[in-house]
Amino acid sequence: MRARSSAAALALGLLALALSLHLAGYDALAALGALWEGAFGSWYALTSTTLVRAVPLIIIGLGIALAFRSGAFNIGAEGQFYAGAIAATWVGLHVAGRPAPVAIGAVWVAAALAGMAWVAVPVLLKFRFGVLEVISTLLLNFVAEALVSLMVQGPLQERQHIYPQSDPIAEAARLSVLPGSRLHAGFALALGAAVVVWYLFARTYWGFKLRAVGAGAQAAEISGRIDARRITAVALLGSGALAGLAGGVEVSGVSYALFQNLSPGYGFTAIAVALLARLHPLGVIATGILFGALEAGAGAMQRDAGVPAVAVYVVESVVILVVLLADAAQRRAPAAAKAAAIRLPA
Amino acid sequence: MTDSLGLIGGFLAASVRVATPLLLAATGETVAERAGVINLGLEGMMLAGALASALGAASVGPWTGVAFGMVAGMALAGVFVLVAIGARADQIISGTALTLAAVGLTGMIYRRAFGAGGAGLNLATLDAVRIPGLSRIPLVGPALFDQPAPTYLSLLLLPIVWWVLFRSRLGLALRATGESAAMARTAGIRTGLMRAGATVVGGAFAGLAGATLVLAQVGTFAERMTAGRGYVAIAIVVLGRWHPAGVAVAALLFGAATALQFVFQSLGLAVPYQLFLMLPYGLTLLALAGAVGRVRAPADLGSS
Repeated sequence: MRARSSAAALALGLLALALSLHLAGYDALAALGALWEGAFGSWYALTSTTLVRAVPLIIIGLGIALAFRSGAFNIGAEGQFYAGAIAATWVGLHVAGRPAPVAIGAVWVAAALAGMAWVAVPVLLKFRFGVLEVISTLLLNFVAEALVSLMVQGPLQERQHIYPQSDPIAEAARLSVLPGSRLHAGFALALGAAVVVWYLFARTYWGFKLRAVGAGAQAAEISGRIDARRITAVALLGSGALAGLAGGVEVSGVSYALFQNLSPGYGFTAIAVALLARLHPLGVIATGILFGALEAGAGAMQRDAGVPAVAVYVVESVVILVVLLADAAQRRAPAAAKAAAIRLPA
Repeated sequence: MTDSLGLIGGFLAASVRVATPLLLAATGETVAERAGVINLGLEGMMLAGALASALGAASVGPWTGVAFGMVAGMALAGVFVLVAIGARADQIISGTALTLAAVGLTGMIYRRAFGAGGAGLNLATLDAVRIPGLSRIPLVGPALFDQPAPTYLSLLLLPIVWWVLFRSRLGLALRATGESAAMARTAGIRTGLMRAGATVVGGAFAGLAGATLVLAQVGTFAERMTAGRGYVAIAIVVLGRWHPAGVAVAALLFGAATALQFVFQSLGLAVPYQLFLMLPYGLTLLALAGAVGRVRAPADLGSS
């Protein structure tokens, strides 16, 4: 049922893209053809663009699912991603000559901690001052983008001080890639993280409490065994850590350096990734790859068919809306169907 | 002496200029939130309004552009109404999705209408309208009385919105919907209609804000040109405590924080400009921490 409506959402999203491209006066068939070619057209396209793009989407998507399951909205993954990327670059520049596992481990830990620190501000504001995390996480995205700009023109700028980017990180901190492709070891990390988060959700007492809080914080609180605020805070911090980690993986596996616009909006796309997977961690792997394909195809579409890459946002938005509508309809359905429906935290 | 006077005058004028689109969008969002609707699609509605106004101005004239902008904002708000109010889907996620849709659609249409580079976009814009006499008051004269029409419009709309919200029966019903939709329904108020109406009004304001950005300030459209202003407007509503007067002060505060960079630039101080890019957001967060708690959001905000 859920898988079917997810598939329908995707189909409607692509249809909406084709229709709006056609109405705007583009050659929709050529655009979609370029999209397909760019995403799945060859082994190289699949491994070196689609799967490479899927890595940050899966990792951030897991974090979004974690936060949403607790009933908290993290709309600031983009900023947390950048915080992680900055920390990863800084550490990556200082680990030359270390064994690779140490260097890479240091880069990833730093990135996750930075992402966690970035979301710690909204967590504090939420629980200490009652500021909606939706607004604070959003606003911090802009601060993070300005901070990246400051870093690549200031403390982290490359040695000759010409380009607004950092020096490349040490060889030791770079991830190994699948021969003949650009697919890096971060993909394995993304898969592993999905399994870990799935285990956490489905098989641990903490995961049970998380679901209870997401279903109704007050009811969970009244049970007397669950500190709802604490659960939500931890879920948000974990969500930030994952987004930060994604930034670190992107630096150590793809860009090897920090620059502006490192993320083509991964933090927002990951919301669609998590929702289409109905906040299920293993589902996030599939939807992450799917949206990775869309992102990869978007590049090809812009190159080969002259359609701006942002056009794929139409697909993302329609997917989100259709999933929301399907779930809302199910919520209003009779009790039997209702029990099966996944409730988005209100 | 005249130099520093000129500097302060310029600072004030820039503050008002930055504040105008924020104030317009935030005023509309105040109406929506008072009815219990938090609309994260505001950013997208501004963006849609911006592009529509550019198209209108390019084909007919600036005021047609303004009308197009408002219609575009209202159309997108209509979609939000269908999804978040009609089908009772989550408001925050629907709003985020609508903003994504607006980014995609405007990017697509813009490239088609104005070409890949987007250069050579020469729009008929709204010039500053100098109000005789008043504009010659030192300092505040140029800041308040030598501005394009939308600035005056935004100030004019404030007391109207205040009156409707707090002095009319309609406003009472609207606020009741935002405080407790269930109770308002018991009292015979058509809460769905209230929320839909408030959202569409909010969309019109957001579209007007986008049109202001294009026609009275930048003079052209660019992909993602609203750059988060819609989100800032939502923060301004909280900061202004869901009251038109408070919202005006908060918008001006944000405008001033943004305009500070011009002052520092003209003083030739070597402070990285990115710090000034961060400043308004940082200040807003600080102010939110201070402002929230002492005032309550509409109790039914965001409920479906």
